[in-house]
Amino acid sequence: MAKITFPVEASHIMMFARAIGDTNPVYHDAAAAKDTEAGGIIAPPTFPASVAQFDPDYHLRPRPDQKWFGSAKGPTGIEGKPASSGSLHAEHHFEYHRHIRPGDVLTAEIKPGKVWEKESKRAGKLTFRDRVTEYRDQDGQLVITAHSIGVTTERPVDQG
Amino acid sequence: MALKASALKVGDTHSERVVENLSRTQIIQYAGASGDYNPLHTDEVYTTQVAGYPTVFAHGMLTMGLTGKMLTNYVGDGTLTKFGVRFTNQVWPGDTLVSKATVVALREEGGHHYVDLTLSTTNQDGKEVVSGSASARIDP
Repeated sequence: MAKITFPVEASHIMMFARAIGDTNPVYHDAAAAKDTEAGGIIAPPTFPASVAQFDPDYHLRPRPDQKWFGSAKGPTGIEGKPASSGSLHAEHHFEYHRHIRPGDVLTAEIKPGKVWEKESKRAGKLTFRDRVTEYRDQDGQLVITAHSIGVTTERPVDQG
Repeated sequence: MALKASALKVGDTHSERVVENLSRTQIIQYAGASGDYNPLHTDEVYTTQVAGYPTVFAHGMLTMGLTGKMLTNYVGDGTLTKFGVRFTNQVWPGDTLVSKATVVALREEGGHHYVDLTLSTTNQDGKEVVSGSASARIDP
């Protein structure tokens, strides 16, 4: 499967921490971070998900040469149902061997995992798919393993 | 500061309000930072008229990130060894979320001390939006 090069930058970590409302200086202030147990700036634990930024074929980012399924002149920019419609995130798991730092150049390898089905009252037939991402550093060491489990629903989830 | 095994016991809890009145702008901020531009999170017209939801909703990974903020405030920086969640309900603009960690085990492995936690994030109606677990390295 795809291998993605993921350069970890301090400004990206800062923007990510802002987006999750985390003001911990260990994510943006090099001087303050030096005096913490982390010994310098590290990334928040869910930061590895932003590898999407570096996937050249990521399907949830609009591209100038392709029609986008979000709204523009009409409520969607494409004909018919988008491929990802109804796909929701069911579970996410991280295993950390160490925490990533600015300057790391990670290689993320994405592999398909298990697939299973379940019946649900709120959304009909559910199909679960595990996607495993292994993040290795510039020395080839495994840094983080992530399991992202997506679910495709038969219909939008009932809010009752 | 890392937690100390000697100061912890099974059943201890830590909770924090991780977001108050979640704004659509914060969801957009998360889309920009994470690179996940799924219109279900940012595009009201698409989400209501095409996807059939009442309004846009937060990325699961935003809710996990908010839960992680409580978690790292509790266990310290760079000490997590595992962090996993299930997204049990959607998170909507206007939601106020409280995340809670509960100590379920303290263990020693290869000369290191670890704490195992269960996690729960609930909204203003008491509905759970994330359930999960985590482990972190702690001091003796």
